[in-house]
Amino acid sequence: MKTSYRTAVHDALRDALRNDPRVVLMGEDVGRYGGTYAASKGLLEEFGPERVRDTPLSELGFVGVGIGAALNGLRPIVEVMTVNFSLLALDQIVNTAAALRHMSGGQFSVPLVVRMATGAGRQLAAQHSHSLEPWYAHIPGIKVVAPATVADAYGMLGTALSEPDPVVIFEHVQLYNTSADIDAPAPMDISHAAIRRSGSDVTVIAYGGCLPKARDAANELSLAGIDCEVVDLRVLRPLDDDTILESVRKTHRAVIVDEAWRSGSLAAEVSARIVEGAFFDLDAPIARVCSAEVPIPYAKHLEQAALPQPDKIVAAAQSLFGDR
Amino acid sequence: MIEFKMPALGADMDAGTLDEWLVKPGDKVTRGQVVAVVETTKAAVEVECWHEGTVYELLVPLGETVEVGTVLATLLAPGEKAKKPPKVSVKPTAAAAAPPPATVPTVAPAAAHRRRWVSPAARRLAASLGVDVEAVSGTGPQGAVTISDVEHAAASAEKPKTKPTAADRATQMRRSIAAAMSRSKREIPHYYLADEVVMENALTWLTTRNAERSITERVLPAVLQLKAVALAAQRFGEFNGFWRGDAFEPAAAVHVGVAISLRGGGLVAPAIHDVADKKLDELMSDLTDLVARARAFSLRSSEMSDPTITVTNLGDIGVDTVFGVIYPPQVALVGFGKPAQRVCVIDGGIRVVTTLQATLAADHRASDGHRGALFLAAINELLQQPDVLEK
Repeated sequence: MKTSYRTAVHDALRDALRNDPRVVLMGEDVGRYGGTYAASKGLLEEFGPERVRDTPLSELGFVGVGIGAALNGLRPIVEVMTVNFSLLALDQIVNTAAALRHMSGGQFSVPLVVRMATGAGRQLAAQHSHSLEPWYAHIPGIKVVAPATVADAYGMLGTALSEPDPVVIFEHVQLYNTSADIDAPAPMDISHAAIRRSGSDVTVIAYGGCLPKARDAANELSLAGIDCEVVDLRVLRPLDDDTILESVRKTHRAVIVDEAWRSGSLAAEVSARIVEGAFFDLDAPIARVCSAEVPIPYAKHLEQAALPQPDKIVAAAQSLFGDR
Repeated sequence: MIEFKMPALGADMDAGTLDEWLVKPGDKVTRGQVVAVVETTKAAVEVECWHEGTVYELLVPLGETVEVGTVLATLLAPGEKAKKPPKVSVKPTAAAAAPPPATVPTVAPAAAHRRRWVSPAARRLAASLGVDVEAVSGTGPQGAVTISDVEHAAASAEKPKTKPTAADRATQMRRSIAAAMSRSKREIPHYYLADEVVMENALTWLTTRNAERSITERVLPAVLQLKAVALAAQRFGEFNGFWRGDAFEPAAAVHVGVAISLRGGGLVAPAIHDVADKKLDELMSDLTDLVARARAFSLRSSEMSDPTITVTNLGDIGVDTVFGVIYPPQVALVGFGKPAQRVCVIDGGIRVVTTLQATLAADHRASDGHRGALFLAAINELLQQPDVLEK
């Protein structure tokens, strides 16, 4: 039976709350409304307001509450709704959650999970379409993951909760309605990238909402005789250099897809690591497909034009093959 | 505007293949500078340019075979200004496969100067396979050389198409020798003279001289012979020069062509320049260098094209006498046989001395037997005075 990404997130939250009495869920509209993306429907009814708590519209405040709860022995899951609003909580995440272990000489740990939706594509315009994963991936002291598959949407949350340090989970808004057949939901690691499709000619590296686009592009490229290997980063911090480099050493070419803006993006970081670690295996320049460097437009055709799309990935990959 | 043309690198050459450009547009060229490598049937010859100037346009792409006299490049004379920018410029780098004219990039010369693009992986692979990336044509992004290009080059290097194989070269060389020698025997009325040369003095003198030197500095008897021929040819000008049209053109200097047999068959007779003016040590090092380069198929254009007389020495092989065939358009060829101990009458007594047979094959259109005899006698006489040859 097909399971949707939304259901997988929901079931992961439910199972976490069932399995560990220290787990609490808090955030804007997670309780009575059931979550902006309907990921926590029914959880208030099952676990009660002590464990599933609606918060005021104050990201700085309730992320701080989550940190305090984690310091005092709970395993809070804080939903910040979207990355756009997480900017208001950056101080808590960067200056407190990420730094406390180090500021206290190891006396305190912050086992906090912060979930947020990310990405564009729903005509929400420039203030509600950010892909700021690279900002978080820049910060030492936290782990950053981006489940792109249904299995990861379920399996990464439990593993994140068992981490002694803060984990930020990015769920791309376009993924909630995707679905897949999964066997019994199982915990998934949050330390490795994954090869989603094996190929020999070019490595297409993507994460989150761009993974389905990368797969579509790979299918199209295979018709043109280009055999793509698709790497799903999964974990944006710390990056799994080994998987990336091993793939590029095999294919000798890389296209990196990132919905964030090109400047200072994860694509930039991955590109740099490939050049550092596999320069002599490269047979072509590295290509990047990122969002156009504009505030994401509201108009649908402009928004679609600004984002990475399968045809852009196809063109970028083909450009690495010259006139063969 | 100076035109630099495909030179005739010998009477048997009708066309040559441009192997390599050693200059690019904008380079200053000095007189005598080697500017290109041309593949003839006999060798890859380094072609010198005898004009001074600045390279303006390279007109013939690599790998192209063009007739003698075809303009290969244009040069601006010192002080000359270009009237218009060059339209077409040929890539100065070597490419194994001859690019068809249509694909010659019509880019501004400045862009043609960029370093060749080779992917890091291709460069590494090329190094491990021993492939020269400069000779590989790129099919990658922006024309870069990629792994697959290097692999193709390595695969085709095993069965080269553009570079002649030893067997090809031998076949072609046979053909060009056939052409030149047929022409010689068809056109040149040869006459032949022979004289016995007592080598006692020369060899004794040489042994004493060599005894004072290290092995690498020792001079071979062949060098004495070259010098003797050159000095004699200076005095007997009708043996030093060319028969062209219906007239003899004497040469100002004596450039002695040395017949060198090649391993694997065939021969070339490139020149040592200005032999009459060089000391023995210099001639010895010139000869060593020339033989080595001839056998490596890397001679210079002037060496190939301007011998004014040829010397052949088959003595090493054990032949007593050699009557040569003149290499047109030259008019004389001097041969030397094996030095051996022979019974001679000297000063009324019978003695056993080392002698060799010197021969002259000469063009009767340019000289007569009487003069030929005197020329041969002069060579003999010079070989009796090694002190004179030393200078």
